[in-house]
Amino acid sequence: MSGTDTRVQPRKSGLTRRQKRALSRGIQYAVFLAAVVALGATADWDRLQNQFAQADLAERMFPDIITLALKNTVLYTLSGFAFGLALGMVIALMRLSPVGPYRWLAGIYIEFFRGLPALLIFIFVGVAVPLAFPGTEIPGGTYGKVALALGLVAAAYMAETIRAGIQAVPKGQMEAARSLGFSHTRAMVSIIIPQAFRIVIPPLTNELVLLFKDSSLVLFLGVTLEERELAKFGRDLASETANSTPILVAGLCYLLVTIPLGFVVRRLEAKAGEATK
Amino acid sequence: MSSTNSTNSANSTGSMPEIHVRDLHKSFGDNEVLRGIDLEVNSGEVVCVIGPSGSGKSTLLRCVNLLEEPTKGQVFVGGTEVTHPDVDIDAVRRRIGMVFQQFNLFPHLTVTENLTLPQRRVLGRDKDAAAKVAADNLERVGLSEKAAAYPASLSGGQQQRVAIARALAMGPEVMLFDEPTSALDPELVGDVLAVMRMLANEGMTMIVVTHEMTFAREVADRVVFMDGGVIVEDGTPAQVIGNPSHERTRHFLSRLLDPAMAEVEEETSDQVGKNR
Repeated sequence: MSGTDTRVQPRKSGLTRRQKRALSRGIQYAVFLAAVVALGATADWDRLQNQFAQADLAERMFPDIITLALKNTVLYTLSGFAFGLALGMVIALMRLSPVGPYRWLAGIYIEFFRGLPALLIFIFVGVAVPLAFPGTEIPGGTYGKVALALGLVAAAYMAETIRAGIQAVPKGQMEAARSLGFSHTRAMVSIIIPQAFRIVIPPLTNELVLLFKDSSLVLFLGVTLEERELAKFGRDLASETANSTPILVAGLCYLLVTIPLGFVVRRLEAKAGEATK
Repeated sequence: MSSTNSTNSANSTGSMPEIHVRDLHKSFGDNEVLRGIDLEVNSGEVVCVIGPSGSGKSTLLRCVNLLEEPTKGQVFVGGTEVTHPDVDIDAVRRRIGMVFQQFNLFPHLTVTENLTLPQRRVLGRDKDAAAKVAADNLERVGLSEKAAAYPASLSGGQQQRVAIARALAMGPEVMLFDEPTSALDPELVGDVLAVMRMLANEGMTMIVVTHEMTFAREVADRVVFMDGGVIVEDGTPAQVIGNPSHERTRHFLSRLLDPAMAEVEEETSDQVGKNR
């Protein structure tokens, strides 16, 4: 009924649409605030502080948590990223290949490694690879193993990102290059891939953030004291002291890197959005 | 197929047409776009291809340098059978310059790099030689001052002239133009046509797919009218545009030469020869 005569319909509630919106938003804020206050009032702050905020314990973690743990986390992440990028590039090109079996192989790889938890890949690399190839050492020791495990996972995601980037380069670019006498491969390398990379820098940086966090799975590889990264470092100290403060500090160290990186990603995305007009 | 191939490779000089298209067919799925095209273009000749959209003009052009693979038929360029399975298509394409409706400049490279990169990667020219050829060709199209600019900062007309210079820098024997002015604002068309006119006067062999009737009338040696995937009419501009013998040609021209079209024509002829 009310839908039929909306033209000069007097408002039943006597509120304008803007007033209604303000009212509904005010209710949302009030509910949110009430929930926060309720949580804050019912939590046992003393015990929380005891377990998570021991200043002397936190102090004990420095400088090792930076010079050793954070450094290792960064190293693991970068080596995994480098390997993943190289492998992801190959898989992306296979995915776009006119050769059927290449496409299928790449498709299977992507579905397989995107579908498995990264944790399982780490266990597989740590256990199955030494079992399957006895006597062979993955070059680089733990660093090599982490690069392999992180890279295998990252490659699957990056391959899809890079493929999308290559396909986002207008078809005319390849045609222009071919008409000038470039072979398909040369055109890819000189013309298409450089343009694709500009497109995929923001999503690849995002992948870097994900890898940074996934590097915590090194926990499951078994590492020496010097090879510990943030998560392992924090957990070891936590179980040693029966207190969770080290976990909190390690978490803050992750945020120290991931929040600025996230900011960079948003800037890059905004810039890319501008460039495409 | 193989017998015609051997007779043609016998005389690669002299009386051979520069471009020879023989019984060319092209289908996209069930859609037959070209239904048997025969066309000869002699060295130094300028042929304009006109016709309604969807008539197969662009496809014909793209079959000449094999951007589209013909379904059937043969194409010869400078005596080489382009459509032969064993031919090195990259080598053939080096001899054929192509200019696209959408310019297709490489946006991540400067104007100069757009001209030098293909020379260096494809022809193996050294840095200095490529830069010299690039500078010469930018001067020919009147854009020397834009050498360091990126394509995005140029007007459409300037981009298209850079695209022509890029093709010329490869030293092609033949130039193909696929509606080179169709994506341009009317006031920018003249500069591009002026460059093409200059090329024609220098004796470049050209096939131009275009809707610019003034250009076709004044510059072309021959005009080819296509419709429905076949060549309906092939003759001098005076014959095909001035006095068409087919009803389909007349119908197409009358639609094209309505008042709106006449206005564009006037502008282009005014601007010819003028370089910004």
